[in-house]
Amino acid sequence: MTTITADHHGASDHGAHDHHDADHKPAFFQRWFMSTNHKDIGTLYLIFAIIAGIIGGAISGLMRAELAEPGIQYLQAWAQMSDGPSATIDQAYHLWNVLITAHGLIMVFFMVMPAIIGGFGNWFVPIMIGAPDMAFPRMNNISFWLLIPAFALLLGSTFVPGGTGNGAGTGWTVYAPLSTSGSAGPAVDMAILSLHIAGAGSILGAINFITTILNMRAPGMTLHKMPLFVWSVLVTAFLLLLALPVLAAAITMLLTDRNFGTTFYDAAGGGDPELYQHLFWFFGHPEVYIMILPGFGIISQIVSTFSRKPVFGYLGMAYAMVAIGVVGFVVWAHHMFTTGMSVNVKMYFTAATMVIAVPTGIKIFSWIATIWGGSISFKTPMVWALGFIFLFTVGGVTGVVLANGGVDDVLHDTYYVVAHFHYVLSLGAVFSLFAGFYYWFPKMSGRMYSEFLGQLHFWVFFVGVNMLFFPMHFLGLSGMPRRYPDYPEAFAYWNKVATHGYEIMAVGVLIFLVNVFWSLLAGKKAEGNPWGEGATTLEWTLTSPPPFHQFETLPVIEDAAHH
Amino acid sequence: MMKVKSLVLAGLLAFAPAMALSSPALAQDNAAAAAAPALATPVDADPRSSDPGAPADSADANVANASAAPAVAPPRMKPTPGIGMPMPGEITLQKQFTDTGETARWLHDKMLLPLITIISLFVLLLMIYVMIRYRRSANPVPSKTAHNTFIEVIWTVVPVLILLAIAVPSIGLLADQYKPAPKDALTVKVTGYQWYWGYEYPDNGIPEYVSNMLPRDKAEANGEPYLLAPDNRLVLPVGRPIKLIITGADVIHSFAVPSLWVKMDAVPGRLNEKSFTIKAPGVYYGQCSELCGARHGFMPIAIEALPAEQFDQWLLSQGGKVGGAAEAKTAAAPVAGSEKI
Repeated sequence: MTTITADHHGASDHGAHDHHDADHKPAFFQRWFMSTNHKDIGTLYLIFAIIAGIIGGAISGLMRAELAEPGIQYLQAWAQMSDGPSATIDQAYHLWNVLITAHGLIMVFFMVMPAIIGGFGNWFVPIMIGAPDMAFPRMNNISFWLLIPAFALLLGSTFVPGGTGNGAGTGWTVYAPLSTSGSAGPAVDMAILSLHIAGAGSILGAINFITTILNMRAPGMTLHKMPLFVWSVLVTAFLLLLALPVLAAAITMLLTDRNFGTTFYDAAGGGDPELYQHLFWFFGHPEVYIMILPGFGIISQIVSTFSRKPVFGYLGMAYAMVAIGVVGFVVWAHHMFTTGMSVNVKMYFTAATMVIAVPTGIKIFSWIATIWGGSISFKTPMVWALGFIFLFTVGGVTGVVLANGGVDDVLHDTYYVVAHFHYVLSLGAVFSLFAGFYYWFPKMSGRMYSEFLGQLHFWVFFVGVNMLFFPMHFLGLSGMPRRYPDYPEAFAYWNKVATHGYEIMAVGVLIFLVNVFWSLLAGKKAEGNPWGEGATTLEWTLTSPPPFHQFETLPVIEDAAHH
Repeated sequence: MMKVKSLVLAGLLAFAPAMALSSPALAQDNAAAAAAPALATPVDADPRSSDPGAPADSADANVANASAAPAVAPPRMKPTPGIGMPMPGEITLQKQFTDTGETARWLHDKMLLPLITIISLFVLLLMIYVMIRYRRSANPVPSKTAHNTFIEVIWTVVPVLILLAIAVPSIGLLADQYKPAPKDALTVKVTGYQWYWGYEYPDNGIPEYVSNMLPRDKAEANGEPYLLAPDNRLVLPVGRPIKLIITGADVIHSFAVPSLWVKMDAVPGRLNEKSFTIKAPGVYYGQCSELCGARHGFMPIAIEALPAEQFDQWLLSQGGKVGGAAEAKTAAAPVAGSEKI
């Protein structure tokens, strides 16, 4: 990547504009409820994501508590709270399915996506390309506010009937016919509508990002000079634009199957339950890259900054993401290896899936090569980024195992899969989120976070999540299926370990929250660029926090730094 | 007459799963009760109440009791710890009892697992090296190197070669797994219901019987693992190709037996086929592996693999015919040592 140096004259201009801009901040309601400012909307997204993450994480805490020991310990009592004192054991089991469904949907649609695309994307894409704001500021606002009714519908669905008990108990994949004939009552309809609305918001956001990145780059900011985080959001936005309409179509057909007597997914009427799975995973597989690609971008920025080196193999890094995005669209059926597909189809999806390991490997090795020869300072964001690189590798290699259709026959729908996707998401996407949060916290808030608490947060969280998710590989290998509220005695040991891991991780999250509040209230004031000469992207040329409107005079990107 | 009776019974069980536990037990349970009363507790509270005329040592209750020469079902096989079931603290795949299972386990244990371990450790070592060697105090002035075409080609090509090396046995494994079953294969239709399994032997004239999870006390009294043990097992022969035709009656289930490397979704409106040959007698447990509603976690699977002659005997005891023969042979004598694994 070429080093981007802002026109210093322009940068100092912004300092001068600061006071002027501050005068134009709208009043509270207008500023936060009718916002057209990408930074304020980004902040709203981040606050939303943290709240949703706490809810989704608390749900996984309920699940780990129940799974700590064999037998049903708490579910019945919780079911009595949600379904009334006469709740049956089946309603308790249904509640379990509601918990796994809510955890998955909340973490995917209401935590990772809003944080990584809505939050960091909104905050830093315009700044990094030298733009004053997003291309469609009002559309940006509606993208965020659509999340609120979507989340309300999802949370509300847990209080209305969804089949055996209250709530949608279909898993986040909402497979038919469990989600059609198998779930009477309005809960699943509400969950589907929630996905519709959240999806619409994401499509609007994707359009906004694509337009902004393609049209609003500052003079001299060619595509091949864009910071990798911007590249990652551009690729992600295209994935969203192409994948989400397919999800919308799939769940619309679910709705009509449920309510209007159509039979898209019912063999009795000429439909096919497998059709739903194909459509869902045509969305669902790109979706996992939607969650991780911006994380790749964040890690690239951080590794470069704290090694004081430009990213190694910039073009390879950018096009590796493009390649992951493209190949990510043609591998979906590896989620369906046990559905009874033909041998040729299974061979194709085995081979295609393994191909993804190549661009992913390029990224891992390029990050290490970026550090190689650098001058590393182990600040909190860098520590999180290093943790990300290793743990994402571990999650990636188990993906290669699962890619083998013949091997997947025994691992499919076991805890091995749970371990795999939590390593790439919970230890991948979430580590990149924490890395990005610490990296940009001084820029966003104008205050430094506590370095001690940040490092402590990392180590506690690191130990906790590994203890939580690594034993799940063992459980999966020895055969424990997913989505089970109870398990045979043989699985007790590693489940106990995993639950202790959760407890440690939860302490880590508490440290994070303490750090956030303490830093916002009492953190030391942050300079414009707290990271020194390694931080070369445009946001570090601005004050911390940036002026309400930045780049009223567009920065000029010099080519001189090219080497 | 006896077919009608068993059909009615199967129908009853199919439509009233909750009743199944208290309805007259199927042959396996009664046989178990007769042959190994100390170990096996039949599901029925009083197994012989439905079968007052049967002699105590041939209580193959519901189907063959009216027959003039009743066949005796082999006693319910005892599971062996560590065979066909997970073990406490286990960190590996279960021992395999099919050829494709052994190949697949080899592919995982001897190829994939070492490979991913080496790759992960390689990345870890590289990271530890750069973190120590290039920390700020050791290397205050960073290099400006940002390109090296040679190394970039290397780390693109080497992973491609590794993946090709994996792909060859992996594709071969898939080809093995999809080898169609020979004509003489035993066909069993497996149907997933909310929340139990139904097994039918169409070529042997055995109508569907259902398999419900054993409650904890019964399972423990039987010496079987709770949550893995059903009342009626899917009985299959050892050494003979088996073709399972798997479907779902209501929602999607998944028929999974880890120690046979079998996992196939039971999809309503579809007939999925899975072929394999079991190599050794034994009890192989599995669990439903596709979210199917409230009691998804409570519809276990158990396959009881019997030596050929005992399997034939079992077929006869169920009122079925052996190997598609038009008439049932006279019952074979009980085979000693049937509990050998």
